[in-house]
Amino acid sequence: MSWFLALPIAIPFVAAVAAFLARGYRVGRWISIVGALAHLLSAILLISVVSAEGILAGQMGTWPAPFGITLVADNLSAGMVGVTAVIGLAVAIYALADIDERLENLGYHALYNVLIAGVTGAFLTGDLFNLYVWFEVMLIASFGLLVLGGDREQIDGGIKYVALNLVSTVMFLTGVGLLYGQTGTLNMADLALATENVDQGLLTVIAMMFMVAFGVKAAVFPLFFWLPASYHTPAFSVSAVFAGLLTKVGVYSLIRMFTLVFDHDLGFTQPVLLWVAALTMITGVLGAASQTDFRKILSFHIVSQIGYMVLGLALLTPLAVAGAVFYLIHHIIVKANLFLIAGVADRIGGSTCLSKVGGLYASAPLLAALFLVPAFSLAGFPPLSGFWAKYLLVKASLDVGAWVIAGVALVVGLLTIYSMTKIWGAVFWTPHPEGREPSLKQLDPALRRAYLVSIGGLAGLTVLIGLVPQPLLTFSEVAAEQLLDPGAYIDAVLGEVR
Amino acid sequence: MNSVILRVGTRFLVGLLLIFSIHMLLRGHNEPGGGFIGGLIGAIGFILYAIACGTEDARAALRTAPERIAMAGLGVALLAGVLAAFFGDPLFTGQWYFIGDQKSGDYIPISTVLVFDIGVYLVVFGSILSLVFALEEAI
Repeated sequence: MSWFLALPIAIPFVAAVAAFLARGYRVGRWISIVGALAHLLSAILLISVVSAEGILAGQMGTWPAPFGITLVADNLSAGMVGVTAVIGLAVAIYALADIDERLENLGYHALYNVLIAGVTGAFLTGDLFNLYVWFEVMLIASFGLLVLGGDREQIDGGIKYVALNLVSTVMFLTGVGLLYGQTGTLNMADLALATENVDQGLLTVIAMMFMVAFGVKAAVFPLFFWLPASYHTPAFSVSAVFAGLLTKVGVYSLIRMFTLVFDHDLGFTQPVLLWVAALTMITGVLGAASQTDFRKILSFHIVSQIGYMVLGLALLTPLAVAGAVFYLIHHIIVKANLFLIAGVADRIGGSTCLSKVGGLYASAPLLAALFLVPAFSLAGFPPLSGFWAKYLLVKASLDVGAWVIAGVALVVGLLTIYSMTKIWGAVFWTPHPEGREPSLKQLDPALRRAYLVSIGGLAGLTVLIGLVPQPLLTFSEVAAEQLLDPGAYIDAVLGEVR
Repeated sequence: MNSVILRVGTRFLVGLLLIFSIHMLLRGHNEPGGGFIGGLIGAIGFILYAIACGTEDARAALRTAPERIAMAGLGVALLAGVLAAFFGDPLFTGQWYFIGDQKSGDYIPISTVLVFDIGVYLVVFGSILSLVFALEEAI
């Protein structure tokens, strides 16, 4: 049974090793794609097993639960692994067109697969120190990807990214140390039981350290500065996978820790999270409104959207948490897709600066249509996936009488439309400043196919979730149930011990 | 650095360091040591060589790119973990094989744990060397 949990982590590592040893040959990029397909398959298997049999736990190396490393998949973890695999495959296909041979020879495919493995590992682990290790795996791979190619601008963004992430890592590790000193265990399920017997005041202090550490990773207010400073510099495939997945690992960790371990003083932690959520939404969307670069606007929107997910965690009602899970999955697909589209607009239009491109609506109508799907979904237009995600969270806040935050969520949605129309107007409607007519037809057919398959596939998924939201909604509701009542999670991990 | 003393000294030290690193790797199973520290010590040998004779010579002595060694090491470590699948155990469960008679205590145990440690050795060795060589060449 534990192999259902181990395979999604092992497959990208195997692909990374194979792709690195085969770099310089054409076969390297296909290894990436085959690996992504196998990863998706293993993720689907995991989701089906978890849906059928409930929370799944496996002890790596056959060391029993609180001592060894446990991998656990509940609905949240399995869902996140699934959406990681989807993005992994889409970006691997997109990379066929986006990543040139120079980056391939520098080891792009190996780093990319290690990154996917790191993200998957972080979602599946049931051990706090192991989570730290996966963060490091992810971080090392992302440092490499961020500066791959070595442009001046990339190094500049990379340094900011490294510096702030190191601060967060130190904070995380200090928190882990303190928590271990207090409880004597780092297995998350065991921690959930052990925290009852420690000084509750000190536990709150440790909880805040984790909030800051994961807050930096998740790019919440006021810790988000590194994100818009670095996400617009690397290759488009890289920034798409960063935008889709990396900050969500932070959000996932927040949700996991603050439902499972740090649920002792909700009167203190939840209002803090609520303020953070509101300010993150507002600063993100206002930051986006002031930008004039395609990718920078999108980067600030990541920040703003993170606020919605934190909002779901802050309210901590079943509907709100289900909304947060739904939002996570919807957002990863949509946001990665928008970055991929920015890449195509840059390729055929010549720039991502809004004042230097244009005319795509007339000459590349298909791309314009494909942009509208994720853009409207991000803003929350029915019947796309974003509408349901926002609806769930707004309804959850109205249910508990949190009128102000519901209002903030709605206004931020409106302002999101403003930025999206700004991109739409500049990139698609106004004529190209140099009088060019950028068209998809000028691309090599193989490149065009890679672009359209990846972007079209993700857009199709967005429409599908929008039209048939029920399966994902039920899945999220079960996830929320499992998160709010950690008994089943603890039993699955510590079954034999308790 | 162009120093005769260092170059001559290095010639002796490199071999010693490499042997010591293997010793640390093998000793690590039940005593302090292991793949990580072994890989670091092994890397020091080649770093010393690179400082004394230049990275070009050190790369030539290594025969293959250090990045390749690191990645191959990752593959070896993975193999050690995945081997457990063939015995129906969870990932990274140690698989043991005993040469000789177990009852009389006269035997040599061989395990996937050692294979994993060799993988770690190669990963550390390769990645440290690729970092240091790149830094040396950039200066």
